[in-house]
Amino acid sequence: MASCSRAQVISLYRMLMKESKKFSSYNYRTYALRRVKDGFRENLHVDNPKTLDMLINQARENLAVIKRQVSIGHLYSAQRTVVEKEPHL
Amino acid sequence: MNRTLSRKLLGSMCGISSPRLSFAQSAVNTVQRQKELIKSRELEKDELRPLYMDFQATTPMDPRVLDAMLPYQVNYYGNPHSRTHAYGWESESAMEKARKQVADLIGADPREIVFTSGATESNNMSIKGVARFYKAKKNHIITTQTEHKCVLDSCRILEAEGFDITYLPVRNNGLIDLKQLEETIRPDSSLVSIMTVNNEIGVKQPIKEIGQLCRSKNVFFHTDAAQAVGKIPINVSDWKVDLMSISGHKIYGPKGVGALYVRRRPRVRIEPLQNGGGQERGLRSGTVPTPLVVGLGAACEIAQQELEYDHKRVTVLANRLVQKMMSEIPDVVMNGDPDQRYPGCVNLSFAYVEGESLLMALKDVALSSGSACTSASLEPSYVLRAIGADEDLAHSSIRFGIGRFTTEEEVDYTVEKCIQQVKRLREMSPLWEMVQEGIDLKSIKWTQH
Repeated sequence: MASCSRAQVISLYRMLMKESKKFSSYNYRTYALRRVKDGFRENLHVDNPKTLDMLINQARENLAVIKRQVSIGHLYSAQRTVVEKEPHL
Repeated sequence: MNRTLSRKLLGSMCGISSPRLSFAQSAVNTVQRQKELIKSRELEKDELRPLYMDFQATTPMDPRVLDAMLPYQVNYYGNPHSRTHAYGWESESAMEKARKQVADLIGADPREIVFTSGATESNNMSIKGVARFYKAKKNHIITTQTEHKCVLDSCRILEAEGFDITYLPVRNNGLIDLKQLEETIRPDSSLVSIMTVNNEIGVKQPIKEIGQLCRSKNVFFHTDAAQAVGKIPINVSDWKVDLMSISGHKIYGPKGVGALYVRRRPRVRIEPLQNGGGQERGLRSGTVPTPLVVGLGAACEIAQQELEYDHKRVTVLANRLVQKMMSEIPDVVMNGDPDQRYPGCVNLSFAYVEGESLLMALKDVALSSGSACTSASLEPSYVLRAIGADEDLAHSSIRFGIGRFTTEEEVDYTVEKCIQQVKRLREMSPLWEMVQEGIDLKSIKWTQH
């Protein structure tokens, strides 16, 4: 499948990271960024095309979830937490 | 309620004598005035939010769980028990999918899962249900002194109905003595109820061995696994558990939903608490709240996928917290067994510091001293008393909860603030001064006044 190409995977990773940065909640934002990075790192050496397909589809679904939840977070945002340095952009 | 009266009631219920008035009591009485100062006060508009370190009280919902729930709150709002139209059918199929997700997490069959309104209802259902069903031949129930309030209160009600309840004591590390449990089981025992992971001290009971013992003696075994589900691997067949309570809001799911696992082979019969249209196999009538159970199912599926990752991470963070805390300040005691525990629940006692004043001082961090359901009373936690903690140490305990969303920054901030405040409070404490001068506090004869 075309989506098995390295460039596609990298672009998916970049999109996930870009969307995760938009979470207004500190805890959700840090979790999403961390989990995406660790998830991709964990599966770095997967060869089996079936598994790759499944993982890529999962990643695409997660991207959709993150996009929706980011919007909801913006609609119902709350104040910053004590450890956040400057206002979230 | 008068302090001595409440202590005597608690004492008679737990099978321990009322404790003598120790020297710390007078210190606590003076601080009682300060207790009124922790008035509940909502945050101002631009005040920064405190860090959340109270994961045993409740957990934030995982965004993936909310995402799964929303369609059922907006468009797919049918009643899952409606058999005549698509709204009902799609709602029912979502409910059955969620049932399978919950069952998969604990290694059960979907037909063995009953949806309830939470672990409290599940506990009530199982304890009262089993006791009342087998009342004719079996009259004895065994539980421990460190159980959740709902279990202890259910047992208290059963005592009033004429049942015989044994509250097993725990050792200093919070674990029960298997030998003692074996000796306590009688031919007329119908149920043993012991929680998997304690919500106040994080101690993990030897459930596999208890299950083995109960199966060999033909006694039903119920465990309140609210704090354990999704955090440690669970298999009800391996563990030989007959009934298990699950809570939604402890595993990053919605509040107001839970489940009860009821074994089918060998069959466990329960007298239902809630009667009505016969939903949930007649065990719990009432419309099943589809959005909530969909959330519970999603939370269970996510927990199963993330179990290893979360456990590893929580262990690292908890060790970081404990190491730093213990290395920077002296006289810190960890309550509960250091090995047989779930790492995400750390209960520390800071000697010569009063727990409530420390909580007040750490207003940037959401913590608790003991469980949420006992925080209204002035009594120190009964769990700490049951593990034999000194009265004064029981008053100065704080519970740190670490979960899926906790970051290193939050842990570092908490530890730093805590160390700072403990040092400051100790500077102000006359007891600490005396200890520094080398006076042995236990040898002091305090005069009554």
